[in-house]
Amino acid sequence: MKLDSKIPEGPIAEKWSKHKFNVKLVNPANKRKYDIIVVGTGLAGASAAASFGELGYNVKAFCFQDSPRRAHSIAAQGGINAAKNYQNDGDSIFRLFYDTVKGGDYRSREGNVYRLAEVSVDIIDQCVAQGVPFAREYGGLLANRSFGGAQVSRTFYARGQTGQQLLLGAYSALSRQVSNGKVKMYTRSEMLDLVMVDGKARGIVTRNLITGEIESHSAHAVVLATGGYGNVFYLSTNAMGSNATAAWRAHKKGALFANPCYTQIHPTCIPVSGDHQSKLTLMSESLRNDGRVWVPKDKADSEKIRKGQLKPTDLPEDKRDYYLERRYPSFGNLVPRDVASRNAKYVCDEGRGVSTTGLAVYLDFADAIKRDGRAAIEGKYGNLFDMYQQITGDNPYETPMKIYPAVHYTMGGLWVDYNLMTNVDGLYAIGEANFSDHGANRLGASALMQGLADGYFVIPYTIGDYLAKMPYDKVSTDHEAFKEAESRVKEINDKLLRIKGNRTVDEFHKALGHIMWEYCGMSRNEEGLKKAKTEIQKLRKEFWEDVNVLGTNEELNQSLEKANRVADFLELGELMVEDALNRSESCGGHFREESQTEEGEAKRKDDEFSYVAAWEYKGPEAPEELHKEDLVFENVKLTQRSYK
Amino acid sequence: MKITLKVWRQKNAQDKGGFKTYQLDDVSPDMSFLEMFDVLNEQILKKGEDPVHFDHDCREGICGTCSMYINGKPHGPKQTTTCQLHMRSFSDGDTIVVEPWRAQAFPVVKDLVVNRSSFDRVIQAGGYVSVNTGGVPDANEIPIPKKIADEAFDSATCIGCGACVAACKNASAMLFVSAKVSQLAMLPQGQVERKTRVEKMVAQMDEEGFGACSNTGACSAECPKEISLENIARLNREYLKAKSSSDNV
Repeated sequence: MKLDSKIPEGPIAEKWSKHKFNVKLVNPANKRKYDIIVVGTGLAGASAAASFGELGYNVKAFCFQDSPRRAHSIAAQGGINAAKNYQNDGDSIFRLFYDTVKGGDYRSREGNVYRLAEVSVDIIDQCVAQGVPFAREYGGLLANRSFGGAQVSRTFYARGQTGQQLLLGAYSALSRQVSNGKVKMYTRSEMLDLVMVDGKARGIVTRNLITGEIESHSAHAVVLATGGYGNVFYLSTNAMGSNATAAWRAHKKGALFANPCYTQIHPTCIPVSGDHQSKLTLMSESLRNDGRVWVPKDKADSEKIRKGQLKPTDLPEDKRDYYLERRYPSFGNLVPRDVASRNAKYVCDEGRGVSTTGLAVYLDFADAIKRDGRAAIEGKYGNLFDMYQQITGDNPYETPMKIYPAVHYTMGGLWVDYNLMTNVDGLYAIGEANFSDHGANRLGASALMQGLADGYFVIPYTIGDYLAKMPYDKVSTDHEAFKEAESRVKEINDKLLRIKGNRTVDEFHKALGHIMWEYCGMSRNEEGLKKAKTEIQKLRKEFWEDVNVLGTNEELNQSLEKANRVADFLELGELMVEDALNRSESCGGHFREESQTEEGEAKRKDDEFSYVAAWEYKGPEAPEELHKEDLVFENVKLTQRSYK
Repeated sequence: MKITLKVWRQKNAQDKGGFKTYQLDDVSPDMSFLEMFDVLNEQILKKGEDPVHFDHDCREGICGTCSMYINGKPHGPKQTTTCQLHMRSFSDGDTIVVEPWRAQAFPVVKDLVVNRSSFDRVIQAGGYVSVNTGGVPDANEIPIPKKIADEAFDSATCIGCGACVAACKNASAMLFVSAKVSQLAMLPQGQVERKTRVEKMVAQMDEEGFGACSNTGACSAECPKEISLENIARLNREYLKAKSSSDNV
């Protein structure tokens, strides 16, 4: 299989304009003859579905939540990047492009990333026009902040709830199209299979989560906006329902899965408090602008703190190790996410961690409060401090916060070309569900940007190019391809309900999460990955023999929903491990212990690994086949990242 | 901690439903209320019984999915979402009563799960600014005084959980509707459709079967996002203005 990224020819700054001119257009009167399915209603899905409806296409949108407004984009806190240069501080489209390629550790496509930076400016205009209440200055203009160590202030924000406000904007646009009759909304519906007719994606099979009914939906194109797969790790900052089932089942129908091993582990999350833990809560990265990260210098002091014999505030300055400031004097506490996370792991591995589990480091605001006053810190982070206190019972104004890294975002996803189409004709993937823009590591405040860029400004153009070449004929859901997919879905559900074993779905999910976190988490090596592979295979076998799913298909059955998702995680987890094994270099969020500099930093191997690893499904229990798309860099010079 | 739970069990919308009592012996004060329910469900599953169905998703207090009526209060004793309620808010030996949201416009689906799609239909009736993608002015061409932007933001933080409806003896949705009407009425972007929006949204709210507002303020007191009662006052003003003047003025 030859992977063609379809990046247009010409200078990078002209590629997208040229491409928009060259794509075929669908006559306005003909748009109503085409049906488009959009799965997922987060930033990418809601914005795409709304924009398709506005253009005149017939849209069917699906979400598993009870309302499209609840998709997990809503939880994003920090902000959204855009190259507006409102602050006159030297930002530009090229700089945002450059920062994103560099931040992704040179494992993303230049063409896609440039386009992302280019349309970023339109996103802000669009959201403001919808009434999104971004933060403003006293003069009435929009406020910006620097985020995640960026050298310019290009992040737009709405207190710590930017994702919520942007999603409510997209949801309002979607709601308007629902009331106009251009979008038909299916809530509490989960996609369980992709339907292909004559080699093209022509529909999906869903389960109505209330009645259990297995339903077929036919269309001319299918867009997956189903988010990432961080919940493979069981504990993550994803929502409980976030899952990979739609993407994974599309993968099993032929869509390639790219760079599955690229996961982002966010350094500032609230640490695990016990076995009952169901999810992890992120504390916005903006906290690192003022908080100082430290652990005790001496293991013995850490031990006393863990046992409650010593309070952190009583430990004198000279016995504290501000390890990020020490190791990275120029970036200090603002080193990129992967570097901050890995260093937290190292100090905890050395036995210097705090909290009862020993898996936490301090994020201390005492100096910032002394410098700027409590009111200033409260103004910036008040809601985050409240949230922290609510969850942990500790007051961060008086005692340092405890934080630890947690799985947050997955850069990998379905392989797509410049048009955001997968290798399957008529199947698109947008937002976190695709792999294309963040390379091996995503910059802070860039996820919201990509979701909305794909949904509002990219796919409305590129999908027309495909549809314009397609006949209007609809495929009936009586077609045998739909019937086959329906019966396969029913077969899987029946099988899960028949096993009646001894272990609950959650027990398997936790076991998988433990393997993934241990061997395919912040730091990976060949031996561990090989072990993980065997253990996952064993666990998957046990799952299909010993899982206990009660109830029937014909009712609201949350155990059955989870069982389907976990069954897919058990396969995807193995592919992540396989990909991590294959990529014996370190890059971005993927750190292979075998590939590090003398100072212990990530070391890329550009000669060997400057490619996208796209995996092809070859049947149950068969090894997947690797396809490579070589990455070409014409505008950015490859350098080894250094934050010293 | 030892906790006794009295939980509303109802097989489906047709079933009459009733309370069932469960004992939990090993509850950690650090658990969230929903994690305590996870533990309960694992215990129920091990006995081969149907677990308690409840809505939940982000578990960060922002998606608005979780919806339990705990000891006579939506989201329980603290002014927060159920997912952000922790067991340290209860004492060893407590009996906790858990019910679904009770409102005609939120019919029970199963156990503690209710259907809140009426909220979506209220938004669909007019809770938006009618702009298409593209062709909008530069973001800084619409300066907005910070005070107004901040106030609009306060209204916009509503998470659509429905606690206001559950708290209200009339099951009124005024706080929810007024938050969206207020946000857009305050902002310059919302001016063009200001009158029609409030009329359409209120009409839809009535059609869904939500009750009338009698200004007792329970909604705001229980709202996990502290949406202010001023929004309701503003909605009343907006509605009156819209009804008493012509669109052609």
